[in-house]
Amino acid sequence: MSRTTRVIVALAALAMAVVYVLPLWHIGLEAPQYPEGIGLYIAVDKIVGEKPQDLNSINGLNHYIGMKAIEPDDIPELRFMPKIIAGLIAAGILVAALGKRGLLAGYAVTLLLFSLAGLADFYKWSYDYGHNLDPHAAIKVPGMSYQPPLIGSKQILNFHATSWPASGGWVLIGAVGLIVALALLDYRRARVAAA
Amino acid sequence: MSSSLSVRSRAMLGAAVAALALAGCGKGGEPVAGAADAAQRVYVAPGQYDEFYFFTSGGFSGQLGVYGLPSGRLLKVLPVFSQNAENAYGYSEETKPMLNTSYGFVPWDDSHHPELSMTGGVPDGRWIFINGNNTPRVARIDLTDFTTAEIIEIPHSAGNHASPFVTENTEYSVAATRFSVPTPQADVPIASYKENFRGLLTFIKVDSATGRMKIAFQILMPGFNYDLSHSGKGPSREWSFFTSYNSEEASTLLEVNASQKDKDFIAAVHWTAAEQCVQDGKAKQVPARYAHNVMDPKSHVATSTIETSTTFLDARDCPGVVYYLPTPKSPHGVDVDPSGELIAAGGKLASVIPVHSFSKMLKAIEDKAFDGEVSGVPILKYDAVLAGEVKEPGLGPLHTEFDGKGNAYTSMFLSSEIVKWSLTDFTVLDRIPTYYSIGHLSIPGGDTKQPWGKYVVALNKITKDRYLPTGPELTQSAQLIDISGPKMQLLLDFPTIGEPHYAQAIPASLLTEKQIKTFDLATNADPYAALSESATGVTRSGRTVHVKMTSIRSHFMPDNIEGVQVGDSVYFHVTNLEQDWDVPHGFAITGLNNAELLIMPGETRTIVWVPSKVGVFPFYCTDFCSALHQEMQGWVRVSPRGSSVALVANKPAGQ
Repeated sequence: MSRTTRVIVALAALAMAVVYVLPLWHIGLEAPQYPEGIGLYIAVDKIVGEKPQDLNSINGLNHYIGMKAIEPDDIPELRFMPKIIAGLIAAGILVAALGKRGLLAGYAVTLLLFSLAGLADFYKWSYDYGHNLDPHAAIKVPGMSYQPPLIGSKQILNFHATSWPASGGWVLIGAVGLIVALALLDYRRARVAAA
Repeated sequence: MSSSLSVRSRAMLGAAVAALALAGCGKGGEPVAGAADAAQRVYVAPGQYDEFYFFTSGGFSGQLGVYGLPSGRLLKVLPVFSQNAENAYGYSEETKPMLNTSYGFVPWDDSHHPELSMTGGVPDGRWIFINGNNTPRVARIDLTDFTTAEIIEIPHSAGNHASPFVTENTEYSVAATRFSVPTPQADVPIASYKENFRGLLTFIKVDSATGRMKIAFQILMPGFNYDLSHSGKGPSREWSFFTSYNSEEASTLLEVNASQKDKDFIAAVHWTAAEQCVQDGKAKQVPARYAHNVMDPKSHVATSTIETSTTFLDARDCPGVVYYLPTPKSPHGVDVDPSGELIAAGGKLASVIPVHSFSKMLKAIEDKAFDGEVSGVPILKYDAVLAGEVKEPGLGPLHTEFDGKGNAYTSMFLSSEIVKWSLTDFTVLDRIPTYYSIGHLSIPGGDTKQPWGKYVVALNKITKDRYLPTGPELTQSAQLIDISGPKMQLLLDFPTIGEPHYAQAIPASLLTEKQIKTFDLATNADPYAALSESATGVTRSGRTVHVKMTSIRSHFMPDNIEGVQVGDSVYFHVTNLEQDWDVPHGFAITGLNNAELLIMPGETRTIVWVPSKVGVFPFYCTDFCSALHQEMQGWVRVSPRGSSVALVANKPAGQ
């Protein structure tokens, strides 16, 4: 690993710490009754309304279709995610300090796997909320589920739902992308040198 | 001089009656902007906002109208002095104290003059004040939530008309006696008017942080009718001006007997000198009884306190506090130009608009250019204080507002027009008819240091044939006139509530940003609030039943109540748990001899029901709140008095 690569890996790993302050993901809802929009931010350790009362309001709306209330306390990931991120940051700094090529490749793979696992977990939760509905709900539409899109946008009854990374999420994606790119670059450089 | 003037006035009055009759004949020749052009200039596209909020007095409705300009669309009727069954203002337990007075509960008043709070002589968008004329009161409305925050009764006063005009930094809001009365009240012959009747000029201190009002001092004056007021600004900021009529001190048939003198007076009050006088111990504490009603901003529960003392300042004991400026013929409005130097008076029977000069007034005081005195109040010489007269302005000048570009606009009641004149040479520049019989007029910021001189709104007393007829009782009306060019142009007629006396406008941008969307449930301090469904329940104490209830889309908790008995006083304390914008819930129950509740998100409101019949009675949400609004209902079982049915209410699932 070149000196520059090591510095960039260390900085990228450190940059991941912004997720402690900035949210990872945003789910937005718009409807004729909500021209101002209503939404949620998912952070590494909490789920909060886009506006202070939005989480309550979304739970209030969801009770019509029999969706469980979103209770951040019921989601264990919000408790251990901050520790995982801390571990990943520490690992990144360690990789940069040791400067071993193999370690960088391993780190990049770990980050990719972590990202995929995160998305899969998000999908699992949103699938559960969207499909596991109270059979006594006031509004029952045959065949209808209410899972928000994993990423992108989707019309759900009168709501237009959007799901995109939020500021912290973009930083995380950038940091992971950078490290993966550096690992690939480093791997290629090594192959060129070997040949 | 005096007789020739009054002969002339009478002749003009005759001409005015003829002019009114003619005006009724047809509507040809109105200086209306081209119809398509005018329509475009008042058109506010769907979903767009008006440029100005326009607050109109509700007149005999006792309320405050809120409109948008230039569209003239009604946004809200804001309850102030009158009960409002549609949201239980003055009916709910939390709001009933707002209408308490020393005469007991007074469910109505006659509101005349909205007055925006000011900082540095310009509206700051914090509060708007309005006077109750009949049972003298001043109300303060909070402009973050558009609700009445405070009402203070004015002791020893009657006919609170010259009110609630504020000083440059809202140090004071004023009040005055339009109908002089025995002061303090006493059982005396009406014929003893000159001996016993007095007027009061009241200064209400406004707390600069909270807006809370307090009667600071009341200046005891001769028993004239103190009619209107405005405070000075800039150089004249320490002065307030009050017009007066009936300097004849007539006590019967005032229309003739109070119109005899050639000149009445503007009282100029040096309020900083009055403060000094109070500090110097020249005032005296006098017993009084007046209500001071305050809505608590946290609990939204109003309390009414009866105050028992007031501070009287006799003008005779404090030389230098009050001077009289002679002003022709029963002056009505008194209006100070943006510079604070010119004081225009509307002598409603006068043939000129007199304009006094503040600097000349100070000079006249210094030179002691007096023309006698009334009860210790020096009368300044008319010629010594006059800046000029607007000649032949029209008939029946009442009120003047300013555009900030060197022009004044005066309403003419009898000739039914607005007259534009120059503040430099007092010549008439333009005139435009109004339909019909204009009273006040209003330019956004038109009585402040910095008018937004784009429009003037005529506030008319008569509408006759202007709208689709609705039986003998017709709509009230306002007319929007463009004053941005050299010629005034009529753009729009729009109907208004009550009788629009005065009105004030403020750029919307000063209010929109600070609007409260919901009240914070977590800080709801109503003693009977249920902040969650698990906190609901019913309790009995003697013949009183308290129901702590919540509402959230789309149910009440509890919605089954049993064990209420005929003749119980059932207090429904309903907390709206919503924290979402524009989701009020209503509450009504069969046979409620009261009013419905309309509860804003996060708020608690209480209504009392005394069931008179045995049976099971439904209650329901009256505000279409959601897709399942029609399901938002419940029942109360009412048993005969003395029944053994236990008082119970259902609980949320899982409890």
